Amino acid sequence: MRYFLLALMLATVAAVGVAGFRGTLSRKPPIEVFPDMDRQAKLRPQVPNAFFPDGRSSQLPPSGTVARSRKMVAGNESVYPFEEGPLTTGRITGTTNFIELNPFPVNVSFIARGQDRYQITCSPCHGAQGDGKGSISKYGFATIANLHDKRISTQPDGELFNTVGHGKNTMSGYASNVSIDDRWAIVAYLRALQLSRVAVIEDVPADKRALLKK
Amino acid sequence: MSDIFPKWTNKLPLQIAVGALLMGTAVSAGCWYYLTPKYTRVGYQPIQPVGFSHATHADQLGIDCRYCHNGVEKSWYSNVPAAATCLNCHNAVLSTDPRLELVRESGRTGKPIPWVQVHKTPDYVYFNHSVHVARGVSCVHCHGQVNKMDEVQHAKPLSMAFCLECHREPEKFIRHPKEVYNMDWAVAPEVQANAGERFVREWKIEASQNCSACHR
Ligand code: HEC
Ligand code: HEC
Ligand code: HEC
Ligand code: HEC
Ligand code: HEC
Ligand code: HEC
Repeated sequence: MRYFLLALMLATVAAVGVAGFRGTLSRKPPIEVFPDMDRQAKLRPQVPNAFFPDGRSSQLPPSGTVARSRKMVAGNESVYPFEEGPLTTGRITGTTNFIELNPFPVNVSFIARGQDRYQITCSPCHGAQGDGKGSISKYGFATIANLHDKRISTQPDGELFNTVGHGKNTMSGYASNVSIDDRWAIVAYLRALQLSRVAVIEDVPADKRALLKK
Repeated sequence: MSDIFPKWTNKLPLQIAVGALLMGTAVSAGCWYYLTPKYTRVGYQPIQPVGFSHATHADQLGIDCRYCHNGVEKSWYSNVPAAATCLNCHNAVLSTDPRLELVRESGRTGKPIPWVQVHKTPDYVYFNHSVHVARGVSCVHCHGQVNKMDEVQHAKPLSMAFCLECHREPEKFIRHPKEVYNMDWAVAPEVQANAGERFVREWKIEASQNCSACHR
């Protein structure tokens, strides 16, 4: 019995010694204990797949195709996201001139959406205030624009929309990350942000002025 | 009889019983401890092809999770960003750094960066990110404090027991959707109890425990 207990103890110590404790860091992939149907012959996004020549499971759309989509409606305009129109390009159809005003009806919830998206996508560089002093500007990204510049605050809405989607000089475009309606929402918020810098007390409705005093 | 079985064998049945009991306990304890996802998965930290650090980007630079994982609100799947997303900044920041060579190459050629997937549910499980983040389940609950990790590690077991713990009582864990992306958010338990119950009531949350919700 004594030998048995000793052996059991040694075996336990050896097992713990080899296998360690829960939560220890490991470079090796997890063991699947009963791997019955854990990994099936199906595609998951963003994993390699030998079936396709380029080895990806998420295929890029073939050229000349468009994604299935619904018409976007803004005010009294409606276009498909793949069509060219003021809503999707920010330009007056058939010209290279930018449209002056946001085609979406601007209301509080639209601006709030824009604020949310602005803080996610733009504030790392342009800063929450839009002054170009986001956290990245401290790490050697010197060219970030101050969005309160006269040159930018006098641009038409369409031009801002175009900058968000397709970038400008050293800023890259966000067309693949931010959807079209969110881009217009960001433009609406940007307008509010710019106005806030040049606003005077007379812009505030008389009954709301008391709220501003601390 | 004593000629055939010596005296010490009298104690043998008892010894066998005790021994078997001890063995059984040790083996079950071992299985419980070692064969569940709490051991097999937690702590998995593969070597990534690029030394990308969430601590630098999400914590120090304060970039929102959705700047990179921008599909997480809209789809079941939380995407790992394309090289173009990194290059938005890294065209200007560390633009010649050798640590980022693979990112630049991927940006030039379109060849994906071979990131090693850390969290992987079995294929028979249906999971959806967008329902959870829209209903106030934070990333931190299922992935741990990613914003403090230099290399991502598997912090939570993500076993069926883990999912059900919350599906039974979501009010204990959900928060306002504004705070979902705030990894450092903390709340007093009594506030959580009130707020959680209110969310469940007002949003009519029914976190399903039907087998077919997750195994469809
Ligand atoms: C990776 C950093 C970065 C991010 C993120 C970023 N920008 Fe920029 N942005 C820049 C830089 C750099 C410039 C200056 C471009 C130049 O003139 O070289 C700029 C310029 C601009 C301009 C002025 C363009 C002009 O006409 O000169 C606007 C407007 C602008 N950004 C809006 C936005 C908006 C809106 C977002 C969020 C969707 C955004 N930016 C996100 C870096 C960034
Ligand atoms: C600058 C871009 C960026 C930001 C911001 C970012 N991530 Fe990531 N994330 C990545 C990349 C790239 C990977 C893949 C490489 C890796 O696993 O380290 C990744 C991987 C992950 C993984 C592991 C994926 C797997 O393979 O299972 C999780 C979980 C994750 N991120 C969560 C978060 C959370 C939560 C936040 C917000 C606090 C966040 N990320 C912010 C770029 C980013
Ligand atoms: C919003 C801007 C931004 C984005 C997007 C971004 N980075 Fe960075 N990255 C930085 C800054 C700023 C630093 C810090 C530079 C320094 O410390 O000097 C950095 C540092 C790094 C480093 C050096 C190691 C470290 O942690 O300091 C690596 C590697 C890196 N980034 C990889 C990536 C990858 C991969 C992606 C895409 C998933 C990415 N970055 C996206 C801004 C960004
Ligand atoms: C309810 C739990 C839960 C929450 C909340 C959650 N995740 Fe996940 N996440 C998972 C699971 C489970 C997986 C594995 C999915 C799979 O097998 O494809 C995963 C996978 C991932 C991946 C890896 C995708 C891949 O296949 O490479 C990333 C990145 C990620 N999550 C980011 C996030 C971010 C960012 C958030 C917060 C906005 C978040 N997750 C919130 C459970 C969760
Ligand atoms: C912290 C809480 C929490 C955790 C952990 C969690 N869930 Fe959920 N889950 C929810 C909530 C809340 C909902 C939303 C219910 C609603 O919208 O009414 C939900 C919904 C779902 C749905 C959609 C159900 C339907 O009716 O379509 C699925 C599927 C699901 N969860 C799977 C999982 C899986 C798989 C895991 C484990 C990896 C998991 N959940 C972990 C809270 C959680
Ligand atoms: C909230 C989501 C959820 C619900 C509801 C759920 N499961 Fe699961 N189930 C999971 C997850 C996640 C796993 C994978 C666990 C793992 O990887 O360790 C799993 C794994 C399993 C397994 C395989 C275990 C193994 O290790 O091989 C079985 C069997 C199973 N579930 C049966 C059921 C039955 C029966 C029900 C209904 C009573 C049910 N599940 C309801 C999420 C769920």
